Amino acid sequence: MSYFVIVDVTLREGIADPEGATIERALPALGFSGVYDVKAGKSFRMNIDADSAEAALEKATSLAERLLSNPVIEDARARLGEVHAQ
Amino acid sequence: MKRVGVVVFPGSNCEYDALSAMEALGVTAELVWHSRTDLSGFDGIILPGGFAHGDYLRPGALARFSPVMDAVAEFAQEGGAVLGICNGFQVLTEAGLLPGALQKNVGLKFLCQPTTLIVTSNASVLTSGVALGQELVIPINHFSGAYVCDDETYDRISESSQIVLRYRDNPNGSRGDIAGLVNERGNVVGLMPHPERAMSTLLGSADGRVLLESFVASYVAA
Repeated sequence: MSYFVIVDVTLREGIADPEGATIERALPALGFSGVYDVKAGKSFRMNIDADSAEAALEKATSLAERLLSNPVIEDARARLGEVHAQ
Repeated sequence: MKRVGVVVFPGSNCEYDALSAMEALGVTAELVWHSRTDLSGFDGIILPGGFAHGDYLRPGALARFSPVMDAVAEFAQEGGAVLGICNGFQVLTEAGLLPGALQKNVGLKFLCQPTTLIVTSNASVLTSGVALGQELVIPINHFSGAYVCDDETYDRISESSQIVLRYRDNPNGSRGDIAGLVNERGNVVGLMPHPERAMSTLLGSADGRVLLESFVASYVAA
């Protein structure tokens, strides 16, 4: 069985996020008000062969911790995505 | 130190600067392609600046899995002197050979400018020949140079004299103005500034010499 998994990587609490802060500062100039706590991050999408959704998520979490994120500064979260129409 | 290996990843771009700096100090230097797994015969290893593996994912994130990195870890384990400059520093932190990480500069600017550094520890292969408190003008050239670590790590590296160089005027938001760091043993050093580009007053500064002279002189037998 193949599962479509999305991994979100974001900076850990307390780690400066100059990208998010810069985006937030740009929003008022475009007329968007009341938008705050903007955080920049990365999103990875992949198909994973596994026996169950749990096993697929476990695999994604493991590879996210080993490669996709740097645990010193980032958190990684894996979730099931809606399956793409091929 | 007689023979130094300069590791070249796909995307490294300061390997020849490192090579010529070593040669200027009378050391034989040789380029080492990243697929190599044997570093025997070298007295020191330099990981040069650049954009290893395109800096995809994060600077150093893919380079740490290059075959040569196991050999570099083993070399360091045996007490060999390892120097990571700029991207090389980022690779060393990703590989876990140095604590912490390097984040995007505060202000999100790519910084390419001379900086004044203060020598804050000489318990390292890079600073053993330099006086504490000495100021050195050395250029930086990076986008991800803001050093970050947790409080516990910061206390530990501060107390054990592992912070070897600090910026006088912090250009990038580095925690504690950290510009360069050494491991507990003193043989693995990383720094964001480029001492190999400060080898001649004709090119702006010769202050990098004293650092690289220390590196070359401080070979500790394995």
